[in-house]
Amino acid sequence: MKRKTINTVLTHAILIITLVAVAFPMYYAFVMATHTHQDAYAFPPILRPGNQLWNNLKEAWVRVNMGRLLTNSSIIAVVVAFGKIVFSILAAFAFTHFKFRGNWFLFPLCMVTQMMPLPVRVIPLYRMMANWNWLNTYRALTIPYFASTTGIILFRQFYLTVPEELADAARVDGATPMKYLWHILLPLSWTNVAALLVIEFVYMWNEYLWPNIATTAADMRVAQIGLRMLYTSERGAAEWHIIMAGLLIIMLPPLIVLIIFRRQFAQGIAMQTTK
Amino acid sequence: MNRFPNHRFLPYGLVLPSVAVIFIFLIIPFGQAIYLSFHRVSPFGALRNVGWRNYVEMFASSEYLFSFRNTMIFSVLVIGVGLTIALCIALLTTQKIRGAAFYQIAFIWTYAMSPIIAGVMWSLIFDPSIGIMARLISSATGFSINYFTDPVAAFLLVTAASVWVMLGYNICFFVAGLQNVPHELKEAAWIDGATTWQTFWVVTFPMLSPTTAFLVFVNTVYAFFQSFGMIDVVTQGGPNRATEFLIYKIYRDGFGRMQEGQAAAQSVFLFVLIAVVGAVQIYTSTRKAVYHR
Repeated sequence: MKRKTINTVLTHAILIITLVAVAFPMYYAFVMATHTHQDAYAFPPILRPGNQLWNNLKEAWVRVNMGRLLTNSSIIAVVVAFGKIVFSILAAFAFTHFKFRGNWFLFPLCMVTQMMPLPVRVIPLYRMMANWNWLNTYRALTIPYFASTTGIILFRQFYLTVPEELADAARVDGATPMKYLWHILLPLSWTNVAALLVIEFVYMWNEYLWPNIATTAADMRVAQIGLRMLYTSERGAAEWHIIMAGLLIIMLPPLIVLIIFRRQFAQGIAMQTTK
Repeated sequence: MNRFPNHRFLPYGLVLPSVAVIFIFLIIPFGQAIYLSFHRVSPFGALRNVGWRNYVEMFASSEYLFSFRNTMIFSVLVIGVGLTIALCIALLTTQKIRGAAFYQIAFIWTYAMSPIIAGVMWSLIFDPSIGIMARLISSATGFSINYFTDPVAAFLLVTAASVWVMLGYNICFFVAGLQNVPHELKEAAWIDGATTWQTFWVVTFPMLSPTTAFLVFVNTVYAFFQSFGMIDVVTQGGPNRATEFLIYKIYRDGFGRMQEGQAAAQSVFLFVLIAVVGAVQIYTSTRKAVYHR
């Protein structure tokens, strides 16, 4: 019994220490953002927050035109998440509720997306977008992302567990497949929808390589590029308090989405791991 | 399986949006990348067939091999160190302790951080003049580390930031995987007299292998591709090309130096690498299912 208590205390101790260690970079960034330029450089470093947070946030906001960046990132993240959710629900519905020719070929094809991340096709994709005059448009930043392996797997796993009688009953009652999907299956799928929303919103908000290549116009830039601009311009001037204030603004939206839907996200992941 | 037999054309309509996107934006550009990899592109956009020369030159280039070596070391570190830490934390949070659910949630949040954000946060910690890590190391050892000039310091910086940013995701998956391990199996091992350590290696770890394989794949994708933003913002591939990983080299050769053919050959090879890892992952998870039936 004694041994068990020691073990429990030890477990808590290790977990708390690791939690603090993992949170430290974030805390340090936050503390930086609350100081004046001078205090940020104090030695030994000041590790408690100062009172300049609001001023620094305002300064960072103005320097990189933050309003525009956040708007762009929000638009593409929401549109891509929505597109991926709709497209993968439709595909997963087809793969689980119908027998059709080409099924054996089309399902693996959808799994292939995982193997071809954007970077391995970035050069031809750029040429294609240039030919279509899609560069510097929201189209280029959203439509190429609409297919989702994760989404199809997630909804497929779930639809396979839905009892067959439900569809049979709906059919006997004369419901069309689309009505069944809309009125019965979709209301059951909200956990998965929320999980996928988190996954894709976070993914798209944090996407950098393609937005960096596909946009050059200042008013089409996204938040991650804004952080780069702030970082490269202010690091020379060593204005860490401004950089970190900008960082806090930019990391907040995906963090909020994750915190709101954390349970659904965890459940979605649990569903992905069960075969 | 076929719950609506009277709708013969509907399923095609349902998969059409996804399949169309896959064809237009994945298969076709990837096919073009393969095509391009056998060509040289002149400054005016004209293509000249050069056979396998781009590939031959790629593997003969010491610059490329150096980048390949560094990418592999980086990936192995991100996967090895990152997954080990994540598994240890996941094991601790799935013990029967108070607040287990709290801990499981409390570690998730780094998942929402982008590689660029992680890179910027850690570059402050490593900053040669005010960074806590730089100060600690210099006061402890007398050596000052500067990631602007020291390849090892830069490598350490991007590795630490990468392990950190992937931690939330890795822990989340390990926790889910551990919760799927049937308790009866562990009990059986204990009854047979196995120690906790033995039970872990004989029961838990093998049962976890689909999760581990999946995470190895995801972390490889991270190390190969998603680390790009961090590199581009924090180190720009330097110093001395120490952090010029394969994806960053593709970007530089393709867009900076306008050597599109060579860059295409590199992306095709990168695809082969990731496909191998993906195939191993699929093999591991399916073999596992058969073994336990």
